[in-house]
Amino acid sequence: MNTTGENPVPLLAARDLVKAYGRSEALRGASVGLDAGEILAVTGTSGSGKSTLLHCLAGIVRPDAGSVSYGGARLDELPEKRLSELRRTEFGVVFQFGQLIPELTAVDNVALPLLLAGVSRADAHTRAGEWLERFGVRGQAGLRPGEMSGGQAQRTALARALITRPKVVFADEPTGALDSLSTEQVMTALVHTARESGTAVLLITHDAQVAAYADREVRMADGAVAPVGVTA
Amino acid sequence: MSTRHILLGLLAGGPSHGYDLKRRHDDRFPEARPLAYGQVYTTLQRLVRDGLAEVDGTESDGGPERTRYRSTEAGTRELDRWAGQIAPPAPFVTNEIFAKVVVSILAGGDPDAYLRAQRAAHMARMRELTAVKTAHGADLATVLSADYALNHLDADLRWMNTTAARLTTLTAEVDAA
Repeated sequence: MNTTGENPVPLLAARDLVKAYGRSEALRGASVGLDAGEILAVTGTSGSGKSTLLHCLAGIVRPDAGSVSYGGARLDELPEKRLSELRRTEFGVVFQFGQLIPELTAVDNVALPLLLAGVSRADAHTRAGEWLERFGVRGQAGLRPGEMSGGQAQRTALARALITRPKVVFADEPTGALDSLSTEQVMTALVHTARESGTAVLLITHDAQVAAYADREVRMADGAVAPVGVTA
Repeated sequence: MSTRHILLGLLAGGPSHGYDLKRRHDDRFPEARPLAYGQVYTTLQRLVRDGLAEVDGTESDGGPERTRYRSTEAGTRELDRWAGQIAPPAPFVTNEIFAKVVVSILAGGDPDAYLRAQRAAHMARMRELTAVKTAHGADLATVLSADYALNHLDADLRWMNTTAARLTTLTAEVDAA
């Protein structure tokens, strides 16, 4: 595994990204690479541009300047329809609050990506049950998000993000609202599953103990990736 | 760390000899420096001298004769007293990192570069400890020990981040003046 981030052809790469919201510049020339199967933590203070970088890399937001490449092709130039398909089939996303659909049970939430991909209802539910088991929340399969603890809901959200076996999971402060033991359960489940399935993870966090689950860390400041210190 | 109280704690589970106490200490406190045999035997002799432990018997098992020790009632009381005693919540103001940053500021050096390098070293150690505690089969003592080290390294990191931010503000103010 490349631990220096200098692989000439990373799976996903941002180069010199610029993005402004009104007069506020969220990104000012941010560059970063993510290798296949790598778990990369992006840290930095509030407002440093971490989430905007994730949104650009995941194809949720288009940068004003610079480029995003995925598998060697320009992601930021894809038409919206192709981008949407890519997000559904090759990317998984988890946010601080799992964004589960509140009206659906845990198993229905996890089965949803498979149903959207055309998998039969019976098969989708069987596989969703297996993924809930893998994340230790099989017992909560029939509960709705509001009936679960924060940690259980996040593990359900991770199961939903990983059930399609994506190439990349984007996790934006996935443990930001959890206590330390729930954080440990969520991160252990995420990292073990990602390593087993060779999924790359872009992990946004302000918590050094969460960043320590990653293979590598880059730190953002003022909309750019700051130089990382090297030890002699 | 008080070796005599750690040994009293290990003896609380039942009589034991020095070799076994050393082995159990090193298992229970994997991140601590392993106990030297000489230190174990010297500490046991002092516990006996102070009435906190006594000789329970000897055994050989075909090898050299080994003395078995057990805790006394006074030893149990002393262990209870020590275990309930609050450790002083002293800030580590004499920490080497703190000292280096202050000296660097005073000497007109580059504390920011030092903080970045130190931060990277801290993160590397935190990744190692996280791998240790999340490995399959990690026992409770290993997990607790790694948690303890991780939380202290994290505290250092937060201080380094705050200091780096303060230095940036200070530099901006100086440049604007």
